[in-house]
Amino acid sequence: MAIKSETLEKNNPLLVPETKKMIDQILEENKDLPGATMVILNELQSKIGYVSEPMQAYVAKKLRVPQSLVHGVVSFYSFFTTYPRGRHTIKFCMGTACYVGGAPQLIEKAKQILGVDPGQTTPDGSITLEVCRCVGACSQAPVVVVDEESHGRVRPNKFPQIIRAIQEADQAR
Amino acid sequence: MAFFRSHILVSVDPECLKRGAHDIVDHLHDELVAQGLIDEVQVLETSRIGDPYAYGPDIMVYPEGVHYVNLTTNDIPYLVHEHFLKGRIVQKFVEQKPVVVDEELGPPKPKEVRVVLRNCGKIDPNNIEDYISEDGYLALAKVLTEMSPEDVIEHIKRSGLRGRGGAGFPVGHKWQLARASQETPKYLTCNADEGDPGAFMNRRVLEGDPHSVLEGMIIAAYAIGASRGYIYCRAEYPIAVKTLNIAIQQAREFGFLGENILNSGFSFDLEVRMGAGAFVCGEETALIASIEGKRGEPRPRPPFPTVKGLWNKPTNNNNVESYANVPQIILRGADWFASMGTEKSKGTKTFALAGDLNNTGLIEVPLGITLREIIYDIGGGIKDNKGFKAVQIGGPMGACLPEKYLDVPIDYESLLSVGGLMGSGGLIVLDDETCMVDIARYFMEFTQDESCGKCVPCRVGTRRLLETLERICKGQGRHGDIELLEELCENIRSASLCGLGQGAPNPVVSILKHFRHEYEAHIYEKRCPAKVCRDLISYEISKDACTGCTVCARNCPVNAISGERRQTHYIDPDICIRCGICAQVCNFNAVMIK
Repeated sequence: MAIKSETLEKNNPLLVPETKKMIDQILEENKDLPGATMVILNELQSKIGYVSEPMQAYVAKKLRVPQSLVHGVVSFYSFFTTYPRGRHTIKFCMGTACYVGGAPQLIEKAKQILGVDPGQTTPDGSITLEVCRCVGACSQAPVVVVDEESHGRVRPNKFPQIIRAIQEADQAR
Repeated sequence: MAFFRSHILVSVDPECLKRGAHDIVDHLHDELVAQGLIDEVQVLETSRIGDPYAYGPDIMVYPEGVHYVNLTTNDIPYLVHEHFLKGRIVQKFVEQKPVVVDEELGPPKPKEVRVVLRNCGKIDPNNIEDYISEDGYLALAKVLTEMSPEDVIEHIKRSGLRGRGGAGFPVGHKWQLARASQETPKYLTCNADEGDPGAFMNRRVLEGDPHSVLEGMIIAAYAIGASRGYIYCRAEYPIAVKTLNIAIQQAREFGFLGENILNSGFSFDLEVRMGAGAFVCGEETALIASIEGKRGEPRPRPPFPTVKGLWNKPTNNNNVESYANVPQIILRGADWFASMGTEKSKGTKTFALAGDLNNTGLIEVPLGITLREIIYDIGGGIKDNKGFKAVQIGGPMGACLPEKYLDVPIDYESLLSVGGLMGSGGLIVLDDETCMVDIARYFMEFTQDESCGKCVPCRVGTRRLLETLERICKGQGRHGDIELLEELCENIRSASLCGLGQGAPNPVVSILKHFRHEYEAHIYEKRCPAKVCRDLISYEISKDACTGCTVCARNCPVNAISGERRQTHYIDPDICIRCGICAQVCNFNAVMIK
């Protein structure tokens, strides 16, 4: 039972006073904009890190729209996630230039080191692997985006250093 | 506007930022204040100057054109004192080698004509005064004081400007349709959802010269009578969003946006809306749905957005590059613009060169130039002396064209006539080690994933296409697969709702047409001629070339390689997943693909 309530809390930042305040503020600032749903969800995704079901219900209630509509939007766009991500994300650009330039080999390497597939988070919650659409830095292919920072011309034998740097930064936190 | 005797450009490229470029900016500023020079020397943030991995953080000082590299904050007081107070160049920080690149956008190459990119890399995008000093907002002033909306539309029509998003609808004509719609309010949208993999022209314009897009939009708004505008920018471009927001704020402060612009009585304002990672939102009706806060699903046209668009009101939607052309057309004249290009395709077009080329990056060329000129004269030919195989033009809805079409002039009609598409401007060059069936599969994976799922031909059809292609790549192709692909492609093309579905089969069809033998080799001979498809190849280590350095064994993700130091290594084919890392890391070319 203990685990269950913990996951519930993890997925519901509304139960934590500080995050609830942030969510309320985002809603208050944007709810009267035309086409507010996308703006609010984008804000929530970037500030809270995900848009779980309880959050979707809350947004729907505040915007006076059906929850199905909010869920429809969340599930449509690939940027919205319904679960918390790791403390760091490694995104592999899968644009044409990066694909041809060796992104699949980098993913293979990451899977080997971290033991998780793209879309998954390491068991310690530190790193999430993701593949993403072209980030538009094609002349640097292959590109790996660590959190907000992009690394260009990454070679498979240099890539472990990048991962190690993230792990060290994470442990030092 | 203030005049400065010296300008310091600080590279704030991501790599330089990591190496402390912002601290350099702060220290420069503080030191200039401390030494009483802040009114004489201006510090500007700019994109990449030299190679940040070798030089970062680096700065460029004008008018001398001195490139100081590998600076630390401790060097700043001395540097400022020597260079700006005493006027002596500090040799120990100077890099003599000429600044090679901005890898994305170098100095104009022969055959390039820069209209849209003219200011990129030259001005500070975060400072509206820089743009104004390059005749910025002069076109707007001219339009608001000397021209009626009809004049503007007539002018743009005469220039022959066509939509730069790829389809090539005449811009002036679209504006006229939007103007003719009676309902109010009218809206203006800018499509900055540059989703094609391999295309980054719009990002560069938004990050490097955002005001040219804003000015174009304000002029368009005046022409059609719109009161509010939205720039829909994809979420993958956070820097562009930030730059745009700063630009909009500054334009408001200067009275170019808001109520009663330049005392003309015309009012217009705009804001940025962010996408959330859906490729289909580049389709105009889907883009509109997304701005409205809904799922980005396209709807049938007509009614076209110029009649019923955003919130069911008339809406004019153009691409970033289309808008960025507008101020120059107003200033330099429709005839000047029409003097470039071909009979039906006027002006210049930006292209993002990527793939196996010697010079990748952004270029802007007059339409009518040939692919051969772009690839060999500007792109410097194929990398590593390999052979040319194909050029992918027009993004995932575009085509792969073989060598025989390299002399086709690039304009909307000529490309269509060879089964291609202008698209937004991504040009990816593939060398002779590329497997074309694998490329077809890659694009289908993309469109299949990005299909919004609204209409059946696209949702189900692209999945069936992908499954068939995956089967072929795995060596499980069957007799009749090629015919099946052809039939599926035709059905998806003719029955889908929007451009995504209608264009989705294009890569498969063009590769079937030009590289049919590769499909046949995969299906009938179970062989991948380019040695790419994993299930059809195996890796072996050459006894003669292997030095036993163990690099491959250490990098193998599945420990399939065994062998003692200084002994020939061996790859166990049962464990090997054919990822190719060993071949990439081997310094002696000892790993062979069979």
